[in-house]
Amino acid sequence: MIHFALKRLGVAVLVALTVSILSFSMVYLSGDPALALAGEGASEQDIENVRRVYGFERPIVVQYGDWLVRALQGNLGHSNYLKADVASVVFERLPTTMLLGACALAFALILSIPLGVVAAIRPNSMIDRFALTVAMIGQAMPSFWFALTLMLWFGLNWRLLPISGTASWQHFVMPSIALGYYVTPAVMRLTRAGMLEVLSSDYIRTARAKGLRPMTVLFKHALRNAIIPVVSLSAVQFGFMLGGSIVIETIFAINGLGFLVWESILRADVPMMQAIVLVLSIIYILLTFLADLLNGFLDPRIRVS
Amino acid sequence: MTERILEVENLTIDIPVPSGILHAVQDISIHVDRGETLCIVGESGCGKSLTSLAIMDLLPKKAIRQAARLELADESIFGISERRMSDIRGNRMSMIFQEPMTSLNPAYTIGDQLTEALRRHRKVSRGEAKDRAVFLLEKVGITAAASRLGQYPHQLSGGLRQRVMIAMALMCGPDLIIADEPTTALDVTIQAQILHLLAELQREFNMGLILITHDLGVVARIADRIAVMYAGQIVETGSAAQIFTEPLHPYTRGLLDCIPIPGKTQRGAHLGAIPGIVPSLVGQMPGCHFASRCPLVDDHCLAGAVPLFDHRDTNRSIRCLRADNEDTQKISQEGVA
Ligand SMILES: Nc1ncnc2c1ncn2[C@@H]1O[C@H](COP(=O)(O)OP(=O)(O)OP(=O)(O)O)[C@@H](O)[C@H]1O
Ligand SMILES: [Mg+2]
Repeated sequence: MIHFALKRLGVAVLVALTVSILSFSMVYLSGDPALALAGEGASEQDIENVRRVYGFERPIVVQYGDWLVRALQGNLGHSNYLKADVASVVFERLPTTMLLGACALAFALILSIPLGVVAAIRPNSMIDRFALTVAMIGQAMPSFWFALTLMLWFGLNWRLLPISGTASWQHFVMPSIALGYYVTPAVMRLTRAGMLEVLSSDYIRTARAKGLRPMTVLFKHALRNAIIPVVSLSAVQFGFMLGGSIVIETIFAINGLGFLVWESILRADVPMMQAIVLVLSIIYILLTFLADLLNGFLDPRIRVS
Repeated sequence: MTERILEVENLTIDIPVPSGILHAVQDISIHVDRGETLCIVGESGCGKSLTSLAIMDLLPKKAIRQAARLELADESIFGISERRMSDIRGNRMSMIFQEPMTSLNPAYTIGDQLTEALRRHRKVSRGEAKDRAVFLLEKVGITAAASRLGQYPHQLSGGLRQRVMIAMALMCGPDLIIADEPTTALDVTIQAQILHLLAELQREFNMGLILITHDLGVVARIADRIAVMYAGQIVETGSAAQIFTEPLHPYTRGLLDCIPIPGKTQRGAHLGAIPGIVPSLVGQMPGCHFASRCPLVDDHCLAGAVPLFDHRDTNRSIRCLRADNEDTQKISQEGVA
């Protein structure tokens, strides 16, 4: 297991380095960063000064190394717009987004895994059809539209839930559903397909031939194996949801990273965007790493070789 | 007086398929006594696996099972609730499957899967179940048995896994074991060991054994009685001695001609494969099922369904109109060409 974990960790570090290079290069996306920083109407001399102050005249490799060392020390740069340290702003907003993501994922898994299991036990039954319909609607519906619909009915017409802000747990209900519903189809379909495959496997027949109770066969022997790919998928979907939170947080006015991305894009706050891209990517990499470990735990063929 | 373990009478299995009804198993009657080995032989697709699954009530959902009698030790196990049936499975009768590589759950240790079988049916502690598992793993010839309990299936070879499957089948001390081609997926050298082991355990624990196999060499060594199946029917049944010394049904004779005999069959010589193909089992088939491949076929054979006749020798029956007349006797002396 240790060997396996170390190997996975190595891969994660390599991916993180690649991401850091990409996010570093963002500064150069819009051309000469000094020109952008100096602003319109700046003189040749001003631009030259900016270039020197920010060290843009140095070789790019040196600049990257310098940036990376500072990033590792927690210094992600300075936002000229907010006149604040980027890292402190990002880490202030991060918990809200993570909480939203976790609630949304929990909602998605609680809805989709049981539906997938039931659909697999009775393929082509009413429940199976219902589950497939849920999945299809989920995939067809744009998340902003779904979010607005929820808001309209539950927030405005029926006044059951608050529609904006993060003051209480009730504030998280609609955003979590809006964000999580988006990933239910994929999880449900994978659970269904996995269960169908596992249920027709030889070892399930063995389990039944031992006289085990249907529930033991289903949950101990079948679901345990069918769930393995769902773990990896959930990690990937969590990544998507971090992206999707840009829309959802904006709609529900949740002060998280997604909202911050939106604001920063409007303000052309490059250091802020750069930092968020980096942080979100690292979180995603960490999640994938955790999912790998969890898979190793669930599947002895991965763990013990 | 021998003790009857299993009595199956007129077992029929129909499977609805897109092109009609597949009559996979038709009117099969078999029985097994305590300490007895019944071998079921026959070509691929003749319904051997379905027959054994039907006894365990593990048929695919769409299969329709009918029987006049299905009794385990004089107690009917036909039409009983799934709950009561599951109390019997793995407890009073166990099954060993063809594919040891995929028949164990990859996510659980050998120990877990062995003890689970016992703890489902008996009130025993974890420790007692473990002791029983170690005892049986040693019985099936696995060394360092105690340390194997913590291993996962993928860490064992196919032969070892099949030994584990056998140990698992024995956990509750069943009256009957059904082994469906338990060695087909294994190396030739290991096949013999496993079959030898099965036969030995069956004697030691005094169980009934149904062994399904293609391998007539094996049958010759361990069968007490034989049922020969063809296209969903039993075409000949009798004691191993009767069938090997004097096979009566043309199909049985064809099968026996297919076994190479060491010293007699020349290397590279063409084995007497039975010409022709197995008929489709979908829809009604008038007349003898073997007619299209039979060297003795005549008009009577095609006229109507051929029943299973009792032979003048006791405990022996044949489904053939021609097997007992003079022609047949003559041909049986010459051998089927
Ligand atoms: N689930 C199923 N659906 C449709 N037909 C089936 C199904 N299972 C078995 N059959 C058919 O029933 C017949 C008997 O199958 P069975 O598996 O019992 O044969 P077998 O004698 O065990 O053959 P083998 O020696 O290849 O294992 C075959 O013609 C097969 O195609
Ligand atoms: Mg078979």
